[in-house]
Amino acid sequence: MTISLILDMATSAHGERGAFTVDGTTVTFDELGHLVAAVGSELQDSGAKHVVFLGHSGLELPVLLFASAQAGLPFTPVNYRLGDRQLSDLINRVDGAVVVVDPDVTASFTDVSAPILSAHVLLKAARTRTDLLPSVDIDPDAPAVILFTSGTTSAPKGVVLRHSHLLSYVMGTVDFGSAESTDAALISVPPYHVAGMGTILTNLYAGRRMVYLPHFDAGEWLALARDEKATSAMVVPTMLERIVQSLQGAPAEIPSLRSLSYGGARMPRPTLEAALVAFDDVGFVNAYGLTETSSTIALLGPEDHREALSSDDPAVRMRLGSIGRPVPGVEAVIRTADGDPAPLGEQGELWVRGPQVSGEYMGLGSVLDPDGWFPTRDLAYQDADGFLFVVGRNDDTIIRGGENIAPAEIEDVLVHHPSVQSVAVVGIPDDHWGQAIVAAVVLEVGADPDPEELRQYVRASLRGSRTPDRVIYVSELPSTATGKILRKEIVANLVASAQS
Amino acid sequence: MLKNGARLQSQVCETQIIVVRAGTTGGALTCGGAPMIELAGTPGAGLSLAPDAAGGTAIGKRYVDAADTTEVLATKGGAGSLALDGVPLAIKSAKPLPSSD
Repeated sequence: MTISLILDMATSAHGERGAFTVDGTTVTFDELGHLVAAVGSELQDSGAKHVVFLGHSGLELPVLLFASAQAGLPFTPVNYRLGDRQLSDLINRVDGAVVVVDPDVTASFTDVSAPILSAHVLLKAARTRTDLLPSVDIDPDAPAVILFTSGTTSAPKGVVLRHSHLLSYVMGTVDFGSAESTDAALISVPPYHVAGMGTILTNLYAGRRMVYLPHFDAGEWLALARDEKATSAMVVPTMLERIVQSLQGAPAEIPSLRSLSYGGARMPRPTLEAALVAFDDVGFVNAYGLTETSSTIALLGPEDHREALSSDDPAVRMRLGSIGRPVPGVEAVIRTADGDPAPLGEQGELWVRGPQVSGEYMGLGSVLDPDGWFPTRDLAYQDADGFLFVVGRNDDTIIRGGENIAPAEIEDVLVHHPSVQSVAVVGIPDDHWGQAIVAAVVLEVGADPDPEELRQYVRASLRGSRTPDRVIYVSELPSTATGKILRKEIVANLVASAQS
Repeated sequence: MLKNGARLQSQVCETQIIVVRAGTTGGALTCGGAPMIELAGTPGAGLSLAPDAAGGTAIGKRYVDAADTTEVLATKGGAGSLALDGVPLAIKSAKPLPSSD
């Protein structure tokens, strides 16, 4: 039983329905199934042991994902925007790879010995192929997808997602064939992100047509959502921020849209509140998950969002910042540094367990504890009603004068200041305090506040020890494609400029 | 004895299933009145769909026993209906989750 079962079920239940739309052209489930069998046969003939893909979101992506499974090979979409050295290193870490490259991307990797294949050439050969080979029979515990983490805190690690993990995720969270024939999901997440894989599997299983927007632009996103009558969409926080900015307070006016989910990084509260107003009859979903957990493991649903937005109770209103509750099949527990369960409301590390949780890295093995629990490295707490709140990465915690400080606590205050567009708070080495708190702020256009004003703004709502020692202004914050802030780059720049 | 993750097929119709939860029952799973067999197995000769077990099985639906301890997922639909120890399984009502990715 492999992820191929998802495609088999979808084609047999609604083969003539549209599966993917790219640049206005739609491919049906039947056409997708046929192309997968043909490309899978080509891959079987190639003798490769692993398929690496460098390209945009497009028809090649789902075809190669399922064709790799058809050929019994793991599939690894890689971020083609990486530098030559890093990209070559990643590809060279994958044993027996064939590298399939979308000719539309400019990717540079000069030091790679693996064979390289043009995606167009491969698909063209497959389309004319007449002898289709049967699927290779592989174990459900064989690797299906290997994804490299974004490497915000360390070198990228290859996360191993086995067929059983992905199937557990899809079958545990999606009702088969639950989409209407008119449903369409607008997809703008990158292909090498776990959501880029998850969205293919879950939407296919639901029978929902996917519309790809490979290069995100707020105006194009709005136009494509209207043109294709999108009923659902998934965005990362930076995309939602740009959509809200481009609307300038006007309603989004996408009458077909019923559901908008977001995840991948922390959502700034002002962005979410503005979006809830702009999309006033849309159901919002906060999806929390990690690569290591096969995508979503907790959800804050539409009713939770609307209830929080309209509530006068500060505890209920707080839930706009919650990741919700675990999805079926996933257990969550918050543990203190000693490994004991944290008392309700107290911060600790979030651990999760379930059949979709992998927690395994290529070449490094599993980090699950003997009882199957995975440490997310996210610092979290749970409220009395079971809602989970993530306050930041464990590794990002600033220790100033012996006190643990989550950067998010300070960022959540500063982002509400009218002059602040976005902010990242980091700790830099300090002789006196161990670490000093620095707030790197991107100002709103035209704003020019005294840094001391921003320090006092924080002091007014938080304790003195949480007041940034320094506030600096930057033109932008370094971040990954999904909006995760690269804190170590900010720290490196600060340390470098202090030394020069 | 059923096993989690086992894939079985009907001997008298197109139905195929995956065992999602095997429960503790030692009972026999039947489809269309005949015992279900491994996907790789060959259906027995001379078997036919029993008229009192011909309600059909729908692709993608989950079926459970009355005690909710055994659960299977139909990966292919067929004319026969599922039963455990002679007692028909019922369709499990899905609690829909919002689409998240």
